[in-house]
Amino acid sequence: MNAPLLNVEHLQIQFVKKNHDAITAVHDISFTVAPQQIIALVGESGSGKSVTATSILRLLPRTARLSANSKIEFDGKNLLALEAEQLRAIRGKEISMVFQDPMSSLNPVFTIGQQLNESLRLHLKLSKRQASVRAIELLNEVGITNPTARVHSYAHQLSGGQQQRVMIAMAIACKPRLLIADEPTTALDVTVQKQILDLLMQLRAQHNMAIMFITHDLGLVHDIADRVVVMQQGEIREQNSKAALFAHPVHAYTRALMACRPQLDSRPMRLPVVSDFIDGQQQVNVSEVQRQRGSAPTDNIVLEAHGLQKYFTLKTGWFEQEKLTAVEDVSFRLFRGKTLGIVGESGSGKSTTALLLMRLLPASGGKVLFGSRDLLQLNDAELLSMRRRIQIVFQNPYASLNARFTIGQLLLEPLRIHHIGATTQERLQMAAAMLERVGLPKEAMQRYPHEFSGGQRQRIAIARCLMLQPEVLILDEAVSALDVSVQAQVLNLLQDLQNEFGLSYIFISHDLSVVKYISDVVLVMQQGRVVEMADSDQLYASPQTEYTRKLLNAIPGR
Amino acid sequence: MNNTNTLTTDLVRHDSAGLWRLAWRRLRQDKVAIASLCVVTIFAVMMIASYMGLIASHWNAEVAPSYAPPSLHAVTNVANTKVVGIANPQAGPPVDISDIDPLAPRYQEWKERTANIAHEQTQHATSLILGADKWGHDILSKTIKGSEVSISVGILAAFLAVVVGTLLGAVGGYFGGVLDDTLEWFYNIFTSIPYILLILAVAAVFSRGFVTIVLILGLTSWTSVYRLVRAEYMKHSERAYVRAAEALGASHTSRMFKHILPNISHVMLVQYSRYVVDAIKAEVILSFLGLGIPVDMVSWGSILAETQEEVVIGKWSQIIAAGGSMAILVTAISMLTDALRDALDPKLNE
Repeated sequence: MNAPLLNVEHLQIQFVKKNHDAITAVHDISFTVAPQQIIALVGESGSGKSVTATSILRLLPRTARLSANSKIEFDGKNLLALEAEQLRAIRGKEISMVFQDPMSSLNPVFTIGQQLNESLRLHLKLSKRQASVRAIELLNEVGITNPTARVHSYAHQLSGGQQQRVMIAMAIACKPRLLIADEPTTALDVTVQKQILDLLMQLRAQHNMAIMFITHDLGLVHDIADRVVVMQQGEIREQNSKAALFAHPVHAYTRALMACRPQLDSRPMRLPVVSDFIDGQQQVNVSEVQRQRGSAPTDNIVLEAHGLQKYFTLKTGWFEQEKLTAVEDVSFRLFRGKTLGIVGESGSGKSTTALLLMRLLPASGGKVLFGSRDLLQLNDAELLSMRRRIQIVFQNPYASLNARFTIGQLLLEPLRIHHIGATTQERLQMAAAMLERVGLPKEAMQRYPHEFSGGQRQRIAIARCLMLQPEVLILDEAVSALDVSVQAQVLNLLQDLQNEFGLSYIFISHDLSVVKYISDVVLVMQQGRVVEMADSDQLYASPQTEYTRKLLNAIPGR
Repeated sequence: MNNTNTLTTDLVRHDSAGLWRLAWRRLRQDKVAIASLCVVTIFAVMMIASYMGLIASHWNAEVAPSYAPPSLHAVTNVANTKVVGIANPQAGPPVDISDIDPLAPRYQEWKERTANIAHEQTQHATSLILGADKWGHDILSKTIKGSEVSISVGILAAFLAVVVGTLLGAVGGYFGGVLDDTLEWFYNIFTSIPYILLILAVAAVFSRGFVTIVLILGLTSWTSVYRLVRAEYMKHSERAYVRAAEALGASHTSRMFKHILPNISHVMLVQYSRYVVDAIKAEVILSFLGLGIPVDMVSWGSILAETQEEVVIGKWSQIIAAGGSMAILVTAISMLTDALRDALDPKLNE
């Protein structure tokens, strides 16, 4: 093996805060990157993978402290000892970086051409004319159609995938030898993600560059990486070549990460979680019993949507209006005690559908039959009593819990609104029982949401909905913001609750493996319309439409 | 569930660190903020003591010669004599010596009248830290007494402005639509009238007095808090936690004031302390224009109004006393406001 391009040794990063103990984000890690290698840094949130990546370009915040024996060498040069001037020559030219959210990484007031020109002229000392020509070449290279016109576009005029392509164009503008990509596809749809990954692979071959790929998704790693570094809590748990790591994962955490993600080809009764592997070490009882999912003609219908429609009218001028279709003619049946999964890419109208069902948005047309009543025709008083029976859990548990309420106040509120329970004492007991049911201690009631982790908060959000003992629970991307290991725990909890209370779920997600795992019936949406609806096993085994096939093919790691 | 029987209502008590407590913790670490808080507290204590008559109750007494310079010792030993009335109105019968001296009848009368004049000897103050004004009033006492009106006008007018602004902003931002449009029109018309003109118009209608000043300042300065609160409500009413509350069946009032209001209270608090500063300054302007408090009261504004002729003849004490205390208080409140914003801004949380 030739000399490594990047050599990181004993890297230790601490964050110091006034009047606080220093927090060690990265704990004595070492790894190397060979030229043209794709190395993947994998880990859940808080594993220190992004901090490691930003430390290479010395972009860490001022509160960060590196230990004295930390060493980062790039091509034989010690990056940590470089003067600011020398460092600037490396940043963007030798090593460049692509960030997660392309929208916030692009400057909204400059055209993409201007932004590309800037780095070209700065690093390559090109003339204005040369830079403009090169910018168009670059856009062409990253697969932007009609680059001569697109060069004059602003960031908001491009789609998310196109924005990320522009970011990549900027990153490869100076032909760097190392590209650091920090979760570059996490904010993108699954089909777009596949295109971006293909692009990265192709560019690596063209430019002979190494790529450091930071991600939480082992499936992605399987598709692209040469070498994998698994991180947890600031430490490297395991590093190996991709083939070896996937064939023989040594560390329990690696094995846990692989197992917690729902697989397309099996549906265990419950998903294994990290603690199974860490505590139990080897003997993991991944139950062989498979959970049966699917609908039967004898199932009772609990909720039925007919021709649901939603238009938004946009004011385009003084008198002109434009009609924007969000949901067009959506019909489905939800069976009692079963799960209806709704999948689709962003903008497909799946979340809008959820808001329409909850009457959080007024529908433009259609019917939602709940029992014998049409939900969309209820007056305010009838709606209030109906709210007891249908509830919703939102995607982001950080945003959906009021930060100024204690957990106790959060859980008691629905009871107060609906006059359930005679005394506060009685309500408190109900809340405590529910907290224990979702796996939190009853002492949690005195605490505020910010004291809990993402997974715990989502449990609280679920508990709050269940306080009303609803029949239908809509889960709008309810596990999407969670780490895979936490996601497995919440999915297990949801299945247990479904068995216990006979809940019917509408499970909305962009993650096709998760939907496959938890759903009986799956509905595929595209641009506000239902593309396909079938029992989940059937749909994944033999998709009937081109769009579904495209979606399924884009699932990473299959 | 046997163990839940031991639960009591205190499970929902705010026992653990809420956001307010966290904000207070952050504020406590900020030395500038604590210094400012101390200054503000000192002024507040001073004002309350003055209101209760513990200090500066004789601000109106003449305790020194006109424009006495500042000193820590008695200016002079000469007592100041002041005629307060006739001491002994029942005098004896006059003796007639009018044949000798035509003016004789008058002598007796004059003598008696002179004797009957009662004197009250007011002692000069032993120390005048800030000197005396034109009428020999102690400027220190006057400034302390003046703080009463100035600070309470600041606090009350700012409170009124924030309440009015928040109510209108909450309604407009939360409901949107026609209601919001109407409020925006009203706001635009209101702000198109020059501020001073508005104040003059309101002052012309009401009689001069403390309450009038509070009303004038409160009802003319709600506009910026209205805009801010409206924007916050527009933002927050789309947030997931408000959606979740709606899904649970919470009413509009509950969502507006129970859910959203605590989450934007930092905006109101910061605006409030800004308004206190503005109102203190505006009271000065009003008094300076002669629209402020009645003549038998004193405020920093009225003191500053007096100083306009004094500065020309080289008497600096009053302007330094009133202007200085105002500057110190206003600066302290401003710095406290800055620190409060930093401590309360949820985005800066760790």
